[in-house]
Amino acid sequence: MAYVAVKGGERAIDNAHAWLAEDRRGDPAVAEIGTDQIAEQLGRAVDRVMAEGSLYDRELAALAIKQAQGDLIEAAFLLRAYRTTLPRFAYSRPVDTAAMQIRRRISAVFKDLPGGQVLGPTYDYTHRLLDFALAAGGQPPPAPEAPADDMRMPRVSDILGHEGLIERDGAPDGEPGDLTREPLAFPAGRDLRLQALARGDEGFLLALGYSTQRGWGGTHPFVGEIRLGEVSVEIEPPELGFAIDIGDMTLTECQMVNQFAGSKTVPPQFTRGYGLAFGHAERKAMAMALVDRAMRAEELGEDVKAPAQNIEFVLYHSDNIEATGFVEHLKLPHYVDFQSELETVRRMRADAMRMQEAAE
Amino acid sequence: MNALSGYNFAYLDEQTKRMIRRAILKAVAIPGHQVPFGSREMPLPYGWGTGGIQVTAAVLGPSDVLKVIDQGADDTTNAVSIRRFFGRTAGVRTTTATAEATLIQTRHRIPETALREDQIIVYQVPQPEPLSKLEPSRAETRRMHGLAEYGLMHVKLYEDITRFGHVSISYDYPVLVNSRYLMAPSPIPAFDNPKMHMMPALQLFGAGREKRIYAVPPYTAVKSLDFDDHPFRTTRAPHACGLCGATDSYLDEVVTDDRGGRLFVCSDTDHCETRRAAGHVGAEAPTADELAAE
Repeated sequence: MAYVAVKGGERAIDNAHAWLAEDRRGDPAVAEIGTDQIAEQLGRAVDRVMAEGSLYDRELAALAIKQAQGDLIEAAFLLRAYRTTLPRFAYSRPVDTAAMQIRRRISAVFKDLPGGQVLGPTYDYTHRLLDFALAAGGQPPPAPEAPADDMRMPRVSDILGHEGLIERDGAPDGEPGDLTREPLAFPAGRDLRLQALARGDEGFLLALGYSTQRGWGGTHPFVGEIRLGEVSVEIEPPELGFAIDIGDMTLTECQMVNQFAGSKTVPPQFTRGYGLAFGHAERKAMAMALVDRAMRAEELGEDVKAPAQNIEFVLYHSDNIEATGFVEHLKLPHYVDFQSELETVRRMRADAMRMQEAAE
Repeated sequence: MNALSGYNFAYLDEQTKRMIRRAILKAVAIPGHQVPFGSREMPLPYGWGTGGIQVTAAVLGPSDVLKVIDQGADDTTNAVSIRRFFGRTAGVRTTTATAEATLIQTRHRIPETALREDQIIVYQVPQPEPLSKLEPSRAETRRMHGLAEYGLMHVKLYEDITRFGHVSISYDYPVLVNSRYLMAPSPIPAFDNPKMHMMPALQLFGAGREKRIYAVPPYTAVKSLDFDDHPFRTTRAPHACGLCGATDSYLDEVVTDDRGGRLFVCSDTDHCETRRAAGHVGAEAPTADELAAE
């Protein structure tokens, strides 16, 4: 066979995409999944894609999941690439999670508290037994309902705050940064750190948070509170001069309460790690709160020794779109650099063998 | 012509292009210095050339003629994909001929044909920080660049020489630009480094994931790091191109069988085709009969 320079990359790509579309659809005898089904019945996947894609839109996230065949990082990437093209009309006012319409609210530090402990729709106490009845389908019996309760649920951090036992929320110094518009620079403020964590990879944050529990930058955490529910989002158009409600979003918030021995200037008090995620995402919010607190080590005068405490390390590696891109780019052609390595290794081997022969 | 409706010319909105152009101007003003920029998420993955694509999108005009190469070739899958991206979003004329292009986006090679003053070459850069393998913290390397403190790299080269007798870096070989900034030339083979020196064309470098842009203006000194007693040397496979017979071009090694059979061919496909069209024939070029059978 004579070698002819490879041609036809274009046709190969077209054909690959056609095959991919067929593969995505699967057996045509099986009903096609609808994006409404994904949005309704794969809600946690939609939540994760919205969080890591940094775009709160259930329909688009559902479409991305369908298009990505359920590959959630690929789906988040689709959402991100769409998000970049959108114009910015306004920045919202800070959402008030104290005014959240609560579906779930638990505290691990007080047995009871105003508003009570509300389990909500949780997997926490399910027994992880495969439910074969679910495979057969059918409607679940309706869940019991209690009359609506308008009692406000104060945040546990506010309850502790009355006694001065926990540090206050940091006062905002100026406009928060936007790491999707400006490149990250160090030292990175907590606003940017929390932004990065909020869109960071759940698995990465989970592992880092876990590492702090095992002694790699221990933070002695307690779950002060986890709350899940709907908050309203408001913007204040400059021409109006007052805020208007533009819709609701589901959020999970985690306030982690951590020991702090105090310093020369600050008496001993509890410190906070904060986690906030789109949708129902407790694992993400909790891991985020652990890592947020770990990254405050330097600020609080603790030794910076563990990966989770290293701000640069965490922020540069938490984004799964960046990470997957760079890891997976290794499958692109590297003929030229490999060729240069081949020549170098051949030369080094030849040198080594010459030396060996000379020695013998 | 804008083939993809709903998107701006060359995909990026004009505000973003303006932000990138500002970064490019700064980069040109400080040759070899890495300028942070607000890199956007592109519809192609990080690592696939998003930095180069953003730079190209920011400087591309409707009258430009675009060439995209990957590993020196116009027909590698990623080059095809990026060329198609600009075909769809900008509708510009594309070419495979180096001499015809006004803008060349490349991954891992510099064309063999010398570039001219009226051309721009855009490099895709995976890792803009030349010191990254020696010092992982960007806060620290930024300080080192500020102080032109490049001893760490010289020590690395020195250690290579004492251990192997020569520098073991074969691609992305560090260069000093305009006698000031240490710069990663992107993973081009060291063979291509001398082409950067005093190049008449503007050289732009885009790193999307790492959010950095840097540049080498036309006719700027680009020196590959070395020592007086161990001068920089380029290497290439010691063969002639099997197709066009070139003995001075960078070669790809193609495996032809599982018994050690190898064919060496130009990595720059346009260079090879141009030479063959001019009548140069390599020892293993297919005969007319073989071509007819394809």
